[in-house]
Amino acid sequence: MERDDIIEYSLDIHHSEEHGKAIRTKIWKVTALLTAITALEVVLGSQIKQSSDYWQAIKWFFIGLTLIKAAYIVVIFMHLGDEKKSLKYMILIPYFIFILYLIYILIVEALAINSVWTLNVV
Amino acid sequence: MAGHASKEIDSSTLWGGKISPFSTSYGKMMMWFFLVSDALTFSGLLVAYGFTRHACLDAWPIGEETFNSMPFLGHGYPLLYVALMTFILIVSSVTMVLAVEAGHRMDRKGVTKWLLATIIGGFFFVGSQAWEWSHFIHGSEFGKVELTDGSQAIVKGHFGEIENFKVLEAGKHHKKGDVITDDLLHQFHHAVVAGNVENGIITLHDGSKAKVNKKADHGMTLIIKKDGGKHKVGDVIPESKACDMYYEAVNSGTPNRLVYGADLQQNEYGPQQYGQFFFFITGFHGFHVFSGVIINIIILMGVISGTYHKRGHYEMIEKTGLYWHFVDLVWVFVFTFFYLV
Repeated sequence: MERDDIIEYSLDIHHSEEHGKAIRTKIWKVTALLTAITALEVVLGSQIKQSSDYWQAIKWFFIGLTLIKAAYIVVIFMHLGDEKKSLKYMILIPYFIFILYLIYILIVEALAINSVWTLNVV
Repeated sequence: MAGHASKEIDSSTLWGGKISPFSTSYGKMMMWFFLVSDALTFSGLLVAYGFTRHACLDAWPIGEETFNSMPFLGHGYPLLYVALMTFILIVSSVTMVLAVEAGHRMDRKGVTKWLLATIIGGFFFVGSQAWEWSHFIHGSEFGKVELTDGSQAIVKGHFGEIENFKVLEAGKHHKKGDVITDDLLHQFHHAVVAGNVENGIITLHDGSKAKVNKKADHGMTLIIKKDGGKHKVGDVIPESKACDMYYEAVNSGTPNRLVYGADLQQNEYGPQQYGQFFFFITGFHGFHVFSGVIINIIILMGVISGTYHKRGHYEMIEKTGLYWHFVDLVWVFVFTFFYLV
């Protein structure tokens, strides 16, 4: 059935076999990347002890890798990259504002509590 | 108007108000809304975990010390099992996105195949988590020990197998000279916690007393997790002293010097909250995976019976796909913050 009323977005949007092939290649590439990152994390995590001098750097490196993994999952697998800008921002901005605030306030508070407890013990 | 599609869209895509905000379908947008709220829930849990951890700081258990077992292989494989779980979940996310892609080509067979693979991956993950929980609850052979100076330590090394209990003094069920070979480790742990082991002599449930015949341990070290009179958090006691200090506690005949495994009150890995967070965060995530599997099964039945084919599109796969990827996304963070750092 020939349709002429589908313009910008449609539930019935279908792609061709070749386009599908391109999408699948991309999916497998992302899979390889996510697997490689996880493998790297495990190797580093089991080799470098938390008492090591490099641990702080490694920790932030892990957090960076995690954010990269998360970004690939959200943008490629969840197709957020293909959505309209307004939808993207409606999802991401409120979430990040709230969560960054929560992380900041609770970690600062936790360190303060820790210093008080440590003082009392000694 | 913002987000208003500029050109005409076919009527099945339009929302009830005859517009299509953000050029997306109602169902997909609502799924995103749900996912944002669920993401905030998980973030709240993980930040609460971070809060507790930073308040306790040094005493907190370390992932590679706590999770180092593999099924059939035993100990000494730090993080490998969780990595495997992560890999399983990532792969099941990939098969899901392939199902979505097949849906865009109206390839019903493809959708069925990939969705089925996703469901199998999901079951594998839930099963792995069950193993992990069971392992966490049962704990190690050594357990956590309270030393003479009041400090607490976790124990690393290879536990020498208990060969048997030789009865020295008869009780209700056993005669003098009996050699007990069943359920040794469990009975031993129980007796140690109750304070029923003294100088290598165990008092069993029935009141009989028996000598514990046990092979020697190898490579034992103690890692201090709670300050005491002599030892501070983070101290590592080498093999030369560890064994004597450990068995002094085991053979003391006083109850609760050792903790084996984990429950909501206490655990052998670290502070009480550690166990609670482990059960709640991985449990809540596992519950999401499980419901995801159920949803996928329901959708798969729709695919097989041709519901979506008749509808002319496989958008339902995209919506459940969003949920499934989200579950994978959460695990990426749980993996990092619970196991890795």
